[in-house]
Amino acid sequence: MDSKFKNILDQELVAKAEAFSSSLNGSAIDELQSARSEALGYLKTTGFPAKKTEAYKYTNISKDIAQNFDLSLKPKSTELTLKEIKGLFNVGIEANHLVFINGIYNSSLSEINSDDSELVISTFDEIASTNPGKLDALVGKYAKASKDPFTALNTAFTNNGVLVEIPKNRELSLPVITYFIADATEDECISFPRTLYVIGQNAKADFIHFTKSLGEHKTLKNQVDEIILGENAQGSLYKIQDDCETSYAVGETKVYQPNNSRFSAITITLNGAVIRNNLNIDVDGEGCEANMYGLYLTKGKTHVDNQTEVDHIKPNSYSNELYKGIMDENSKGVFNGKIYVRREAQKTNAFQSNNNVLLSDTATVNTKPQLEIWADDVKCSHGCTIGQLDEEAVFYLRSRGIGEDSARAMILRAFAREVLEKIEYEGLKEYVENEITKRLSL
Amino acid sequence: MLKIKDLKASIEEKEILRGINLEVKPGEVHAIMGPNGSGKSTLASVLAGREEYEVTGGAVDFMGSDLLELSAEERAREGIFLAFQYPIEIPGVTTTNFMKTALNQIREHRGLEKLDAVAFLKKMKEKMKLVEIDQSLLSRSLNEGFSGGEKKRNEIFQMAMLEPKLAILDETDSGLDIDALRIVANGVNALKSSDNATIVVTHYQRLLDYIVPDFVHVLYNGRIVKSGTKDLALELEEKGYDWIKAEANLETA
Repeated sequence: MDSKFKNILDQELVAKAEAFSSSLNGSAIDELQSARSEALGYLKTTGFPAKKTEAYKYTNISKDIAQNFDLSLKPKSTELTLKEIKGLFNVGIEANHLVFINGIYNSSLSEINSDDSELVISTFDEIASTNPGKLDALVGKYAKASKDPFTALNTAFTNNGVLVEIPKNRELSLPVITYFIADATEDECISFPRTLYVIGQNAKADFIHFTKSLGEHKTLKNQVDEIILGENAQGSLYKIQDDCETSYAVGETKVYQPNNSRFSAITITLNGAVIRNNLNIDVDGEGCEANMYGLYLTKGKTHVDNQTEVDHIKPNSYSNELYKGIMDENSKGVFNGKIYVRREAQKTNAFQSNNNVLLSDTATVNTKPQLEIWADDVKCSHGCTIGQLDEEAVFYLRSRGIGEDSARAMILRAFAREVLEKIEYEGLKEYVENEITKRLSL
Repeated sequence: MLKIKDLKASIEEKEILRGINLEVKPGEVHAIMGPNGSGKSTLASVLAGREEYEVTGGAVDFMGSDLLELSAEERAREGIFLAFQYPIEIPGVTTTNFMKTALNQIREHRGLEKLDAVAFLKKMKEKMKLVEIDQSLLSRSLNEGFSGGEKKRNEIFQMAMLEPKLAILDETDSGLDIDALRIVANGVNALKSSDNATIVVTHYQRLLDYIVPDFVHVLYNGRIVKSGTKDLALELEEKGYDWIKAEANLETA
């Protein structure tokens, strides 16, 4: 069974690689060629993860892809306006807006409101021509193709991505929102978006990602984000994953932190068919702070798999992870939080917590903390809980006159609040809270 | 106000209440006493509407309605309030927020307009004084980190806010020292009126020095085996429960 899917995917991969290289003739960003061919090489060697692959044990996305998509499908072009796109979300915050349509960055649809002293947006094309060598020094140097087959897949075909730069010492006053829109109105849509964020020394910026698939057909988004901070820089990435029951997403967000930098990743997952998030942070400095927050509130048959990894390479840094899940109906949650503390990383403080509530007999969650600690003077902790809604608490509220549904919703909202509180933009927090209230009011 | 007729109830196939008969009129305070395992807390739970208990016989009339037909929240909206023996902690839900929701759902049920933020705060401040509870406690997560006394005072605060017709205090004195007991009792007494009634479930006579009952009933083996005035409570304190048990066993023999 397994080899059948592997064969299908391997064949499609070859077909895609050939189609891709012929499509690039002339328009290629040659600079990326070595990263691409290296990635393709890795992918051909390791192949797509099989059911026995430990890292994908609970999430057999290779099978989903083989069954539902043809990797060699050509991306199509779609006509949309920024107004229409913003209208899909209605988040009331002032921001800079970037747009990816079907995995390709579209600068004409994007709207930059910050001054270019604070924010510089370039397409990969532009950077390759104005600043040769820069792309090659960054793309794929952090999110390594050798680490994960899906990172390799995206890298093998990366071409039209966006580079977001915040110059050193600047504080970006408006966040950068990126919309990833996929058009599945006529048939399946496969996209490979690629982003690169560079926050300069002492600079500060926040990024938000929204995703939406249009149409009834299935979509597959294989995305890679690389976020590189400078010394003393600060950043956050909010990912709001509230797509349709026909959307599949797998990809990596890689963050690199040098001395005294602070970064927070907040991932909110509300809907989708299969979502696999690989979040990896290299804490390669002292005095750093790395925070990973997640909330997954799933129903139907949604399958969400959050794999996180924080690598404490140097001493005296801090990481904190809190993921909370509420699973209903037949949905499934998977959590695997890895913490590595290298031998030199003395005085590391690393904390991890994953709490889950199952609302139905058929919802499931698999949670696994994984700590590998080689230093001997550290403070690390981890904890996982899986439980049901506290019926005693529900009764207490009902005994005060609160209806059963309201009581359950109140308790679940309270459970989610710990993560929601981490959202610093009121408009975004309200947006997420409203979606959650709608969901819990059923 | 409350007419309990031959009430029988079980939990997990075990019969706990074996035919309770009790009548409570407005303005009255009834104490329910009895040895451990007699069914005191079960009676309170069944009246409040806990679903783990199965009512196997009898009827309960509350102000003309069939109480057993109503859900827990409907009973609360009709005017029943249970002060829990072990009030639970609910992280993330503050007393203030949940009180506002509860109060407004009850008012809605009674055809009253919802209280706005200002009116609600005013009412809160008024009732806080009654049980000497601090506002900082109310804006924390419900009962989280509260001492035993603070939890019980919070129960009475909620009672003051919701103004029930029938308050059932389930071993409200358990775990309290004399000072906390006094504050709780003062709160309960201040809320007493000729229109409402109170059922005080207690193991010890001590609370009844402060909340003076009009009637004292002794529950044993799921039945009320003796009723009297507050003097009965004093007799129990002196003699214990053995003589009651003996009497009751003779009767059933």
